[in-house]
Amino acid sequence: MSTTASTEPDAVIVTHAVVERPVSTGRRVGIGVALVVVGVLCLLLGAGAHAHNATFDLTQGSEFVKIPNVTVPVAATAYVIGVLVIALGAYQAVRGLRANLLTVAGSLTALLFLFVFLSWAASGGQGSTIDVVGVLTNTVALASPLILGALAGVLCERSGVINVAIEGQMLAGAWAGAMFGTIIGRTGGVIAALVAGALMGWLLGVFAIRYLVNQVVLGVVLNVLSIGLTGFIYDAIMQPNANAMNNPQTFNNLAIPVLSKIPIVGPLLFDQNLIVYAMYLLIVGIHFALFRTRWGLRTRAVGEHPKAADTVGINVLRVRYRNVIMGGAVAGLGGAFMTLGSVGSFTKEITSGNGFIALAALIFGRWSPRGAVGAALLFGFAYELQTLLSLVSPPVTIPSNFLAMLPYVATIFAVAGLVGRVRAPAADGEPYVKG
Amino acid sequence: MTQTAGAPAASPPDGSAVKAQPPAPGAKRALGDNTLLVTALAFVAAMVVGAILIAVSNPATRDSSHYFFSYPWDTFTSAWHAVRGAYVSLFQGAVFNPHTASSGTLAGILGPLSNTLARATPLILGGLSVGLAFRAGLFNIGGQGQIILGAVFAGYAGFAWHLPIVLHVIVAILAGVVGGGLWGALTGWLKARFGAHEVITTIMLNYVALYLLAFLLSVKGFQRPPYGQAISNVVDSNAQLPNLLGSNLAVNSGFLIALAAAYGMHWLLTRSTLGFQFRAVGANQFAARTAGMSVEKNYVRVMVVAGVLSGLAGVTQILGGATNYAITPDIDAGIGFDAITVALLGRANAGGTVLAGLLFGALKAGAVQMQSSTGIPVEVVEIIQALIVLFIAAPALVRFIFRLHGSGAGAGQDLAKGWNG
Repeated sequence: MSTTASTEPDAVIVTHAVVERPVSTGRRVGIGVALVVVGVLCLLLGAGAHAHNATFDLTQGSEFVKIPNVTVPVAATAYVIGVLVIALGAYQAVRGLRANLLTVAGSLTALLFLFVFLSWAASGGQGSTIDVVGVLTNTVALASPLILGALAGVLCERSGVINVAIEGQMLAGAWAGAMFGTIIGRTGGVIAALVAGALMGWLLGVFAIRYLVNQVVLGVVLNVLSIGLTGFIYDAIMQPNANAMNNPQTFNNLAIPVLSKIPIVGPLLFDQNLIVYAMYLLIVGIHFALFRTRWGLRTRAVGEHPKAADTVGINVLRVRYRNVIMGGAVAGLGGAFMTLGSVGSFTKEITSGNGFIALAALIFGRWSPRGAVGAALLFGFAYELQTLLSLVSPPVTIPSNFLAMLPYVATIFAVAGLVGRVRAPAADGEPYVKG
Repeated sequence: MTQTAGAPAASPPDGSAVKAQPPAPGAKRALGDNTLLVTALAFVAAMVVGAILIAVSNPATRDSSHYFFSYPWDTFTSAWHAVRGAYVSLFQGAVFNPHTASSGTLAGILGPLSNTLARATPLILGGLSVGLAFRAGLFNIGGQGQIILGAVFAGYAGFAWHLPIVLHVIVAILAGVVGGGLWGALTGWLKARFGAHEVITTIMLNYVALYLLAFLLSVKGFQRPPYGQAISNVVDSNAQLPNLLGSNLAVNSGFLIALAAAYGMHWLLTRSTLGFQFRAVGANQFAARTAGMSVEKNYVRVMVVAGVLSGLAGVTQILGGATNYAITPDIDAGIGFDAITVALLGRANAGGTVLAGLLFGALKAGAVQMQSSTGIPVEVVEIIQALIVLFIAAPALVRFIFRLHGSGAGAGQDLAKGWNG
């Protein structure tokens, strides 16, 4: 910045006008038609309902106030919602809603459709009741490893290192959590899981940052390595004496007094185990740190334009190393949730693709912590839906395998740009070589 | 081949190794740039790490290490015995076993080699699939899905249709080719039409294929009666790939398909216009576009061919008898991911891929024998496999360990760089 520049008078006054991006007709009509289709589906579900009523149970039993069960007439509700959604879709197709209104309308439609779908599903059995709190609690439990894995991805990829090895880092964490959790206690197991995940992250960092290995290749290979190592140790050491090596038990839930008794929210947020509380803190912490702190700004700068970051004196490689190692640790915590939080012991390949779904959640959530958490919860719910549908036996059996496909298909749609543009950090996957 | 536990391991090097060293004159520089040597050294280093794991996990070694400081020699001898026993039985399971050979039967003498060839068959085909996509600048992690689709199509044609001998097996193979090709084409189309990154779509399509398979294995007409197990009907004997050396030896004509496919890929890449376009798109898509080639069309084409090759891997799995001629939920047997390591080790060319496939096939065949005779988990082979690829992908590390000079880049470094590219 030269001193002469500041003495010159402001010759040009730049004004920034906010121009609303015109939405193409095709897109407007497309969204409208999609809404109409959802509305028609609602009508069909209403017509296909067996029983008259569906019941939603909103309490768990220990709350201050007992919310009475909600019973709705299935067909009537479905028809009303269906007609409303069709009207909304028609309006969108003809006139078009404003962008921010459209987001609200879209989310609302999704929720209403879900409501209709669930009531339809519950109408099949004899007076089946949907335990809403239970469904939500299970969703959080199923989504927890996904959330932690996706946050690990956020940490790595926002700084410009692709992390396909989330699966391997989780697996290492799951193993370390189970083995060291048995030997030195569960809390020690969590720390061991953090360390194991961080070590896997460090390995990713060394090969990606120092040896400039293609990061996707690297991720795949590290997954194989992690599967091999943990499987080897499991067979050689843990399996022969499972009691002394692979029996950590799960964490008990720590109910926070008073707060855990709030209806619906209480059991979800304030009656969880240690790892889930840590996860809640991480979600808030990472979101805040990434967008409000010096560390976050540097991370994002390094991930978008490492050369510019280097020019202003940020040590690109150090930032990347630190983030990749932290990411590995967070993924390791996700693995520990599986062994110490839900299952209680380690088995070979216990993560069973959760790391890849976490990657999908990261991409579906457009590399932002908030989006990733939302996507992970959505995918967790897709899991839970499989269990739920097998319990309530809906009028038409839906093969659970198709529900299981949903997260993956949704992610393909997302990267294909059918639900808005998905863009990775600009320097994601590109090694930085100074000079 | 065996290594003592005391040999130098893959210790993290200091920073000096990474910086591209200035070309030093003389033989040593050439030595460090020799891909074959680097590959061999990567193999040695990986085997050493494997040896350390075997030694450490060996109960006798651990027992004697309790009195290591009063009598260290015990620890070394038991470690040596464990490692030697493991690698000898690995060799016996993969190449030649004097104990079974002494019976004088063909199965006794050629059994291990036949197992190696049978295991190598799908690995070679999968490796060719990944390697071909590499050459066009695409990263095909979708081997798993393409293998599943290939196996499902070939298997269905094999058990649902009843055709005369010879014709049936050809039809079944073609069905598998169509299945794999379609699944590959889907990825290519998503990339060409929407710019969706193939790494993401292939990973996702793998899981879609897995659940599709799980669904099919619960459908009547596909599932084998009495419908209790997730397993398909058995492929007609007319549609099975004939064994090459009698029914006692596992090697089947699928191996010939793999060799033919390797030759086909070599021909395609070096002698055909299509292959030239693939390589041009892979080398520099902008230059290729300027030269008048349609990059998008070539993305679709290369993914179709890659899908066909992976589909063939699925065909050899189902029709070659790896799962007793029935489709199981794990019909892909992890080959989709192993294939990536094969392609990297084989440097994405046909001849190298065949050799790499044979090596990993041998490791897999030997691991079974190793586990049954010494109790060492088969996962050791997976670790060795991953390490070999890590080392060859980072030749600077290998050069550092073995104190060589050189500056060549590693395998797979010129591939798709980021999610956006």
